[in-house]
Amino acid sequence: MLEIKNLHARIGDKEIIKGLDLTIPAGEVHAIMGPNGSGKSTLSYVLSGKPGYEVTQGSVTFLGEDLLALSADQRAAAGIFLAFQYPVEVPGVANMTFLRSALNAQRRTRGEEEISTPDFLRLVKEKAPLLGISQEMLRRGVNVGFSGGEKKRNEILQMALLEPKLCVLDEADSGLDIDALKVVADGVNGLRAADRAFLVITHYQRLLDYIVPDVVHVFAAGRIVRTGGKELALELEETGYAAYSQDAA
Amino acid sequence: MNANLRPVRTAAEQSLIDMLDARLAAPPLGSARLNDLRQEARAAFADNGLPTRRVEDWHYTDLRAALRGVSPLAGDAAEPAAPSAFVEALRVTLVNGRPQTLPSDLPPGLTLLSLADAIAADHPLLELIASDGPAQYDAALALNTGFLGEGIILHVAAGAQIPQAVEIAQLFSGAEPGCIFTRILVVVEDGAALRLIERFEGPAERAYLDNAVIELRLGDGARVDHVRVQAEGEAATHLGTLATTLGRETHYDLFVLTLGAALSRLTVYGRFAGHDSHMGVRGASLLAGARHADVTLFVDHAVARCESRELFKTVLADRARGVFQGKIIVRPDAQKTDGRMMSQALLLSDDAEMDNKPELEIFADDVQCGHGATAGALDDTTLFYLMSRGLPEKEAEMLLIQAFAGEAVEFVADAEMREAITARLTAWLALRAG
Repeated sequence: MLEIKNLHARIGDKEIIKGLDLTIPAGEVHAIMGPNGSGKSTLSYVLSGKPGYEVTQGSVTFLGEDLLALSADQRAAAGIFLAFQYPVEVPGVANMTFLRSALNAQRRTRGEEEISTPDFLRLVKEKAPLLGISQEMLRRGVNVGFSGGEKKRNEILQMALLEPKLCVLDEADSGLDIDALKVVADGVNGLRAADRAFLVITHYQRLLDYIVPDVVHVFAAGRIVRTGGKELALELEETGYAAYSQDAA
Repeated sequence: MNANLRPVRTAAEQSLIDMLDARLAAPPLGSARLNDLRQEARAAFADNGLPTRRVEDWHYTDLRAALRGVSPLAGDAAEPAAPSAFVEALRVTLVNGRPQTLPSDLPPGLTLLSLADAIAADHPLLELIASDGPAQYDAALALNTGFLGEGIILHVAAGAQIPQAVEIAQLFSGAEPGCIFTRILVVVEDGAALRLIERFEGPAERAYLDNAVIELRLGDGARVDHVRVQAEGEAATHLGTLATTLGRETHYDLFVLTLGAALSRLTVYGRFAGHDSHMGVRGASLLAGARHADVTLFVDHAVARCESRELFKTVLADRARGVFQGKIIVRPDAQKTDGRMMSQALLLSDDAEMDNKPELEIFADDVQCGHGATAGALDDTTLFYLMSRGLPEKEAEMLLIQAFAGEAVEFVADAEMREAITARLTAWLALRAG
């Protein structure tokens, strides 16, 4: 589904990703673990098309298409979803309006018909309660006045409604207590499917107790330095990242 | 000797004085009071002329330099096509300041009178015209008073709750450019309520001048919800003055939507004359091309325990320029005043300009007042967030601009009016997005 080859990316003059190779087949959950400042979040922004991140070398192919040639909105329509580490507050845009605009914009870009109002309302009514998103939160401005946990749950609700092919979760557990973490993880696990892949970016092993990965990569100094099964996460929990952080650079 | 050091009059100033003199040389219209008002206004204009940058209240809008020439007074003209409905309302149409056929089937308590008829009949309500204006010289207001003669009087009897909204559509019509001086007096007696809409429209290709003054008087316990939509033609100059005097325990909410005219200025004089009253003065200006729109407010807390809220949102594209000046004055007796003023501008282009000048003048010691002003571009992170969910850049921008302006619109109490304003915002954005 996703194939990254020899990716180099920078912000301004600073090279952050330095020769990354990563392949994620459909249906799999890959975790990327690494120390802070290793470029994990940069990878999520490069994949989702945030302006300001310049790819200087390498390629990213998503479902056979050159992902790097697409704008952020086209990537979303193609099936990329980034759950933000810090979801953005958008005052004045009702959550409901936002969800519907996003869904319909993606459908238009793909040449599909817009969803009807009753169908959309039915869809939201079905998904929102599973994530503990109340009617009141749907009426409010996007993420405005939401707690940290509510913001993360709202990200997962968007993911559930937009039904992306590749879900990139950037530090999905940051700022969550254990109960909130379970709700988020249940939401993610409910979306696991044979035609959908996940890239879970995390600093801590804790999240991976709840979202169990198929493959774990260790990311240090801008590239993947080790790959293994889910047991690698446990090993890292004991040894830490010290062994990878400096000598890899 | 009175040393008058004013520079030579501009062509526009001279034309206006000539026109005033011609008007005043004609047989007098109405009472001695009205004629005195006109003569005083003429004298004040002859002494002070049009304002320049050196006049503090007009610092960002050099009217003297902008007004190159003045066309003759606009005469009778065919009634142009009626503007599309804003909300369902009882409509009064003024063409070049002259009321067309007035609606006949008025709800109980509502009276509509053409100003010309009121003057001919020496109507007692005329006493209220220009009886509570600003102390300082105001060129736009002085000119309007000098030409006083056309317009409308709207009266709501004590206790009457007018069920329909009343719309005053002020249109320019003519094959040539012209000047309009319109005066509107709205008197809402004790305990009465009115929803009022003012609209200003004209053809895009005519460089007309529309000088419109509205004076509102709210009796004790009255409520007025007022929406003003300035959508003048693209080449027009709009000089608007709005003077509202509030009695005791009144509720007055104004929303000003500014979309049109090459150059516009709205001066709002709001005065609390009775305690425990509320005044909301809010608005949104959407400006593209080389438009220049100036909104200047004077909110005068003359008595105790009143609340004022001012919130203006300005969206600027291309080379447009927005001006917001607001002054909250809290007089010594106005204890427990609660005043909040905010002006926010969204600049969509590097060539757009916003001048913000909020001010507080406080002479009482037990008050809560605040003001603020911001100007900036759309937030990149927010824009990326929306795009990452699939919204194309233009659409994401539109949503954010709408949300920005919407924060002022949401204070409009009437849902229908709110929707009508939002529809105008959307139409403007859609036009801009092409």
